[in-house]
Amino acid sequence: MERPLTGHIKKGEAPPGFREYYRAGGYNGTIKALKEMTPAGVTSLVKASNLLGRGGAGFPTGVKWSLVPMEGENIFPKYLVCNADEMEPGTFKDRLLLEGNPHQLIAGMIAAAYAIQAGTAYIFLRWAYKKAERELRKAISEAYREGFLGKNILGTGFNLDIHVHTSAGRYICGEETALLNALEGKRGIPRTKPPFPATSGLFGKPTVVNNVETLSWISHIVEKGADWFKGLSLTGTGGTKLYGVSGRVKRPGLWELPLGVTIGEIINEHAGGMHDGYAFRGVLPGGASTDFLVEEHLDVKMDFSTVAAAGSRLGTGTMIVLDDRTCPVAFLQNVEKFYALESCGWCTPCREGLPWVEKMLSAIEDGKGKMEYLDILKFHTSYMGPGHTFCAHAPGAAEPLQSGLRFFHDDFKRHIEEKKCPWK
Amino acid sequence: MEMKVVNIRIDGKPYEAHEGKSLLDTALSLGLYIPHFCYHPALGSVGACRLCAVKKFRDTNDTRGRIVMSCMEPVVDGLIVSINDPDAKAFRAAVIESLMTNHPHDCPVCDEGGECHLQDMTVMSGHNYRRFDFRKRTHNDQYLGPFISHEMNRCIQCYRCVRFYRDYAGGRDFNVFATHNNVFFGRHEDGTLQNEFSGNLVEVCPTGVFTDKTFREHYTRKWDLSNAPSVCVHCSVGCNIIAGERYDTLRRIMNRYNGAVNGYFICDRGRFGYEFVNGKDRILSPRTRDSRDLEQAEMPADQVFTALEPLFSKDRKIMGIGSPRASLESNYALLRLVGEENFFHGISGKEQSLTRAALQFMQNSGIVVPSLKQVEKADAVIILGEDLTNTAPMMALAVRQAARNIQITEALAKGIPFWNDLPVRELAQDRKSPVYIATPVKDSLDDVAERSFRGTPAGISKLGFNISSVIKRQAIVPGDNDDEIRNLAEQIARTLLKAENPLVIAGITCLDGNVLNAGMSIASSLLSLNKKVMFIPVLPESNSMGLALMPGKSLDDAADTLSVQGTDTLIILENDLFRRADEDTVANMFGKSGRVVVLDYLNNPTARAADILLPATAFAESQGTIVNNEGRAQRYYKVLAAGEGIKESWQWLNQVSGIRSDNVPVSPGHFDDIVASMVTALPVFSAIKEYIPDADFRMLNAKVPRQTFRYSGRTAMNAHRAVSEKRVRQDPDSPLAFSMEGRRESPPSSLVPFYWTPGWNSVQAFYNYIDHPNGSMKGGDPGIRLIRQAERVNSGSFEMITGYFESEGDGWLIVPLYRVFGSEELSSAASSLRQLVDDPAILVNRRDAERLNVDDGDSVRLETSGKRLVVKVKIENSLVSGVAGLTVNLPGMNFVDLPASGEILKI
Repeated sequence: MERPLTGHIKKGEAPPGFREYYRAGGYNGTIKALKEMTPAGVTSLVKASNLLGRGGAGFPTGVKWSLVPMEGENIFPKYLVCNADEMEPGTFKDRLLLEGNPHQLIAGMIAAAYAIQAGTAYIFLRWAYKKAERELRKAISEAYREGFLGKNILGTGFNLDIHVHTSAGRYICGEETALLNALEGKRGIPRTKPPFPATSGLFGKPTVVNNVETLSWISHIVEKGADWFKGLSLTGTGGTKLYGVSGRVKRPGLWELPLGVTIGEIINEHAGGMHDGYAFRGVLPGGASTDFLVEEHLDVKMDFSTVAAAGSRLGTGTMIVLDDRTCPVAFLQNVEKFYALESCGWCTPCREGLPWVEKMLSAIEDGKGKMEYLDILKFHTSYMGPGHTFCAHAPGAAEPLQSGLRFFHDDFKRHIEEKKCPWK
Repeated sequence: MEMKVVNIRIDGKPYEAHEGKSLLDTALSLGLYIPHFCYHPALGSVGACRLCAVKKFRDTNDTRGRIVMSCMEPVVDGLIVSINDPDAKAFRAAVIESLMTNHPHDCPVCDEGGECHLQDMTVMSGHNYRRFDFRKRTHNDQYLGPFISHEMNRCIQCYRCVRFYRDYAGGRDFNVFATHNNVFFGRHEDGTLQNEFSGNLVEVCPTGVFTDKTFREHYTRKWDLSNAPSVCVHCSVGCNIIAGERYDTLRRIMNRYNGAVNGYFICDRGRFGYEFVNGKDRILSPRTRDSRDLEQAEMPADQVFTALEPLFSKDRKIMGIGSPRASLESNYALLRLVGEENFFHGISGKEQSLTRAALQFMQNSGIVVPSLKQVEKADAVIILGEDLTNTAPMMALAVRQAARNIQITEALAKGIPFWNDLPVRELAQDRKSPVYIATPVKDSLDDVAERSFRGTPAGISKLGFNISSVIKRQAIVPGDNDDEIRNLAEQIARTLLKAENPLVIAGITCLDGNVLNAGMSIASSLLSLNKKVMFIPVLPESNSMGLALMPGKSLDDAADTLSVQGTDTLIILENDLFRRADEDTVANMFGKSGRVVVLDYLNNPTARAADILLPATAFAESQGTIVNNEGRAQRYYKVLAAGEGIKESWQWLNQVSGIRSDNVPVSPGHFDDIVASMVTALPVFSAIKEYIPDADFRMLNAKVPRQTFRYSGRTAMNAHRAVSEKRVRQDPDSPLAFSMEGRRESPPSSLVPFYWTPGWNSVQAFYNYIDHPNGSMKGGDPGIRLIRQAERVNSGSFEMITGYFESEGDGWLIVPLYRVFGSEELSSAASSLRQLVDDPAILVNRRDAERLNVDDGDSVRLETSGKRLVVKVKIENSLVSGVAGLTVNLPGMNFVDLPASGEILKI
């Protein structure tokens, strides 16, 4: 099985330096893009590969790029931004790529910047990723030294600077437009859409924001082609995916697997199944802002459309497993507390709705809940739903809550009726 | 901007709407109420509060629809929406329920109660019962200075305050802090808000987070106030205000919408300067003294006319001095009393000739004289010699908006609607329409300026004349033009030529004829190329323009005349001459006058020097017409009862006229008679009679009530004195009634005493009085322009007036600097505002201070035009070397004739 993204990452070892990665062919795609292809050619290749954004929303990367104006007045400067602000609870996939092979990301970013003709790129990095920051800065300076960054890259006339910007550490800054505000030194609140960043992004200029995992693919796709990429997945969507599992499983971890492996295979084979004495109750398949899936969904294929069909989202592809010895109410309370605190405070349903949700969950967990809270909680899952809020933060928070209320209804009822948490 | 009319459907009914406007704006224009918080017509849409949710349908077959925010929804042809859709209604109620989880439940004892937009929206949205049973989040409040009280617990996080303060008004010392439901709106630490427009937070805040601290000192519910439409008297812009009264004191000033002038906002001087009316400096009774070495003593009211009679009998020679802060009617009554040849404007010859020069240019050149609203539309602005923020704050605010025009143009080109506030700002970032500022000292508007030029009045006028020359492709003005001036002049000229709506602002408050001439020269050069150019001057006082439209000589002429021929009686109207001429000159004038009669309301040095002092009414107790800097005549109406024995100046003067003409009964007369007489004598004012409703005007046989229909306590409020209800005060001079009775529905815009319609108790009831958000008042904005754009007659040519004024030899050039708080006479007597008035200071740059061997705060002796005064030094590095700025007109300061050369000596 091919592992293009993690093939060069060796546990316990330093990431490959420029020379090593270059000799291994890691920059081949980048060189090919810059020397042999037109920017439009790179974009249409990526479009043809059907690379879907790995940040969680699954938007087609090539389509995003094709929205960037390539002709006309006042289109320059343009920017490429790598979203490395990985803060989704339970998600740690970008960290591996950043710490394990920063040159893969840089190679991808050069090709991507070339495709949209961006002269400046930023890596917006989670503040806590200290090691990643060190490795990135080192790799970037190597790339400059080797003529892969800076002016007139590889003699092609193409210029690119990459800057690392460490975030001040708010979850919302991972939302691509809040990220842009933060990068501009402004308050980290999401922006009105439309206009989308492709038209008016960083500093009001055409901008593409892509996830680390997405950008890490670009050089590979350019080198080996769209068909190769499509062939990597089981479902035809294209590519492998980093899947992670946390929770009470035998071997929590991260694996690069073809898109489309089943949830059950990931949990039971790769993560080794549940710990002894713990039983599986449910899973948030793609990070904390995705709907619960349960026993009956273990055969669901982990791909964008298949998980959506099952009522959840692939998200970041990193799962959080709920076991039978963990109280689902406390679990949800913990999740919602995170979202309540991380609300940027801009729109009402999110800013006021989430704290109320969290307070009700706390009260229920503490045995002080009322039956009517279940109605109010349920009401909030639609009140904070898509279209009702300014961005996707509260709708994301509503996902585990709405499915949790459905799948663990009896557990909620027991808390309220027994006036205590049955797990305590 | 032309907008296409399209057809839309709201709740099944067809409407015509303007394409590209927001749905919320459109609905409000149509009289359809959609609750909202974060949207404000002046600030645009940001989609934060989510209260204006409506249901949008794809087409007529779509029965499900989806919730959208009406503030973010552009109107397109065929748009189908429902405001009354059950889901939309439920969602809006839920938003209110959300906000109420942290909002105090103390409306009955909250000072915003009864005029709270949140209360109105809560009732409108239909949320009633509380389901939230947890603790509310709380905040610590801050001290924000003498004007604004802070109650953060009431905050519903609509972000209007920060968007107004920072984005609209350019303030820096206020922001939003923290995140999630703990967001906090305030300063980084306790302290006085620095922005000159902070008072608008009171009206912008939809609830009671920011309230008027001066109002709290004598708090009254909105519904218990008697109100009158009034006009601000604290600068020449003429913002419209609402004055509120209870128990015979002036309680507060609120903004009164005028689409052509101030829109939704007023400055802090205008909002908080009112306290002088209630202040301890008022003249409350007639006073007299038999000889100049005696103190004035109170005079019984019934003896006033006995005392006045011999002074004004026909055989007496009399002279009158008018005032730029008195109404047209009072000035005219004085003019009529003393005769044109004996009527003098109470302003210096320099000020008078500058004002008249500006006026003649406005009348004859064919130039467009912009309203404040049109100032906001300018796409290139040059300001010569005028520190707008300190002399005409609202014009500074208008220029700040003009600087944003390029952002709106760029956004439209990208398909972003102009009202979609955040994307417009994100796209344009810091790009600004060109504003050039040429002033002696740094300016609060510098942050929006493409270039700020610092120089002497001479340097400023050189720059101006050079711009004019470049525009006309003439040779550069000869003289010692340095490269900086020449290059800048070329840059500015190019920009002005490229602009579609260029604007020249040239004030007269720097009191240098060349600066004004340079401004007019730029404007006339553009005009000669058939450019559509606007020109607006800033004048020193509220009725400077009105006075300029009247015949009359200057105060200097009065002094000359008096020194030659003297007079039996000198009568001075609402004017403290010591602010306008030096002490010796005024003393000489008084010495040459047999008796000096002064009419005024503040006990200033002139009033104290009077032989007979007649107590006059302040603006809130008076009716009058004043003319703003664009030539717009506007009328203010009385809201307060004048104290016993206090009369409006025109009434006093009318009565004195009776004495003068022997046979006329001594009665105060009618306001409309004065106006009628004035327009006959001075036809330039005839539009006033034509357009401003006279006292006989009735709405279906009824007057317009000053009181709300919920006005309480009428039968009880005087019961501690007498149980019988007092007769309602009569107002024979206006169509307004001092009572609850009358017809309050849609009076003419100039007679709207307050905003209220059912369901709208807050200031946002203005929606029901304007034709559409940001539009005009229904029936047209208040006021009438007395200066019409001339057919192109003669734009004239403007030359330097006999060389530039420079300092002599090694001396300093002393220029006047104004302070928004302190340099205006009336507001400086307001107790809260007075707290923000600094001591007089002389500003010099660091190098010059070192040369003088002085530092910040040291005292120095300033000697200029034969005067000596001791002032504190303030280091201000934006001043050019050799130039010192003296803060002028501050309370207690003597008159200094500036600009002038002078000496500064260390003491």
